[in-house]
Amino acid sequence: MQTTFSLGTIDWAIILIYFIFVLGIGWALRRYMKDSKAFLEAGRSLPAWVTGLAFISANLGALEVIGMAASGAKYGQMTFHFYFVGAIPAMIFLAIFMMPFYYGSKARSVPEYLKLRFDEKTRGFNAFAFAIMTVFSSGISMYALALLAQVIMPLHIDWNILGLHIGEFDFYLMVSAVIVLVYMVLGGLTSAIYNEVLQFFLIVIGFAPLVFIGLKEIGGWEGLRANLPENMMHTWKLTGSSGANPMGVEWFGVAMGLGFVLSFGYWTTNFLVVQRAMAAGSMSAARKTPLIGALPKMLLPFLVVVPGMIALALSNMGDLEIPLKAGSAVKDFDKVIPVLLMRYMPVGVLGVGLTALMASFMSGMAGNVSAFNTVFTYDIYQSYIRPDQSDHHYLKVGRWTTVVGVLISIMTAYVAKSFNNVMDFLQLIFAFVNAPLFAAFLLGMFWKRTTGHAAFWGLIGGTIAAAVHHGISLPVGGTAGVKGGYFALVHTYPSEMAQNFWTAIYAFSTALILTFVITVLTKKIKTDDELKGLVYSLTPKIRDTNIQWYQKPEFLAAIVGAIAIVLSIIFW
Amino acid sequence: MGLDIKIPIGLMFSLLGLILTILGLVTNGDTALYEQSLGYNINLISGVVMLLFGLFMLLTSTLFRKKKEEE
Repeated sequence: MQTTFSLGTIDWAIILIYFIFVLGIGWALRRYMKDSKAFLEAGRSLPAWVTGLAFISANLGALEVIGMAASGAKYGQMTFHFYFVGAIPAMIFLAIFMMPFYYGSKARSVPEYLKLRFDEKTRGFNAFAFAIMTVFSSGISMYALALLAQVIMPLHIDWNILGLHIGEFDFYLMVSAVIVLVYMVLGGLTSAIYNEVLQFFLIVIGFAPLVFIGLKEIGGWEGLRANLPENMMHTWKLTGSSGANPMGVEWFGVAMGLGFVLSFGYWTTNFLVVQRAMAAGSMSAARKTPLIGALPKMLLPFLVVVPGMIALALSNMGDLEIPLKAGSAVKDFDKVIPVLLMRYMPVGVLGVGLTALMASFMSGMAGNVSAFNTVFTYDIYQSYIRPDQSDHHYLKVGRWTTVVGVLISIMTAYVAKSFNNVMDFLQLIFAFVNAPLFAAFLLGMFWKRTTGHAAFWGLIGGTIAAAVHHGISLPVGGTAGVKGGYFALVHTYPSEMAQNFWTAIYAFSTALILTFVITVLTKKIKTDDELKGLVYSLTPKIRDTNIQWYQKPEFLAAIVGAIAIVLSIIFW
Repeated sequence: MGLDIKIPIGLMFSLLGLILTILGLVTNGDTALYEQSLGYNINLISGVVMLLFGLFMLLTSTLFRKKKEEE
């Protein structure tokens, strides 16, 4: 089956118009980038709806879009867990309980909060780990974009420049890198956030027709139900035992592993998303950011998971051939979005769909680069390399960090091209690093006694626990190596998903216990006065007396929570 | 930040919406083209939605608010 598109002039024009606007936004923002705060923190001046949409868009890179559609085809409705229990409780918790410390402490990054709350070594550990993670993620995103683009938009490029062979892969890699570089150097974090908002609307408008026509063809939700196995049409109902559902996890693994550890770890401590909330213009806007993001978040599964389910249903009906992975008989579910775009979209809307996909790849890069900039400039350069320089100096460093970040990403993309397995492995590792960090935050924010030594060794111990657990377990049918089991084989999980959830649970529990025990054994160094604004019990409660009850974050949180519960019951 | 995000969003979606609407009108009734979208003139539908969204963004942006204040 052919997987290339016949793009019309209009499709190319639409893609081109998008690129012009992306660069134009950077150009229009350049004159506002007067200090490092404007460049690296978006001046802390954005309205809540902008930061809210950017908050979820930063997690809606193309790797997620394609991955979630693939999960939809593999696990069916179980994938909805990532949008309901796997996101909403954490977003509410961040908004109500954690944002007051993040925003109120005036910390400019997550590592800086760790420095204020704990100590230098905890900050250093997190800053370096995070910086490495973001450039690698950005590179992986770049690699995936070039890989997909050369398949679906072949340009037949075969250039020879100064003895270097430039093919389509290289061409798309360079084009995307240059565009991201230009708009990030010009407009900094604001550019990244604005483009994430643009990308969000493009995804909605680009994918909605796909879902609409797909559901029409298959006969609506009932048609989906008729053509998919029963166990793919539930979220909670079949989680009584791990064998009954396609994901291979029981309810405890879902609720504790995904709903608590992974989700809270990601949404509340990953600076990539938290940075968006910190760029808001006021405390109230910062607290509303995750809540405003949560509303469209709950609609996203219908745009990105349902296409995967439609593709599988069509394939079960013998009406669609899903391409196989190169050199194997396994269906390549990562291709379902391109395949459906090709099936349903005529010239015109096809351009919009592809633009949405391109936009999400580029914002996947830009989001990571913008978080890398801030952490490198403030937490590594200003802290360890050259402190006490003028703000103008740090603005310049921030700009150069963008250039360096993009260059490292390009190198990473080529590494990913040569060593596919290494990248799969790294992505797996990145999924666990936030679990121990969440333990440090939970104890640090709500127990004033928690010490810096305890947090630091808890982080190290939790990270080691994740590596050890992963190294002694395997999913069913997996071979030792990238999938785990590189130390020994002690336990076999029914699925990769189950293995991931339990790795996170072990990492978090180890970090929590270690931090608790070491805190008891060590002396509290920071005084209550120093911890004011950083710890729950020592911070005056926010009293929004000047706004109506229905304008308060708590009211919005209640609505978000209620909708999440209703959706969970409907799709039980 | 000095630039209201609604302006570029509004401009881009109005422009793309206009292109798709015109394309949809020109190709209206072209059954061969819209066979793959099950007979729906999806360009026209998407185009009108994008155009309306783009105009809504522009009308609620600072671009329009400032003009109103000056009057």
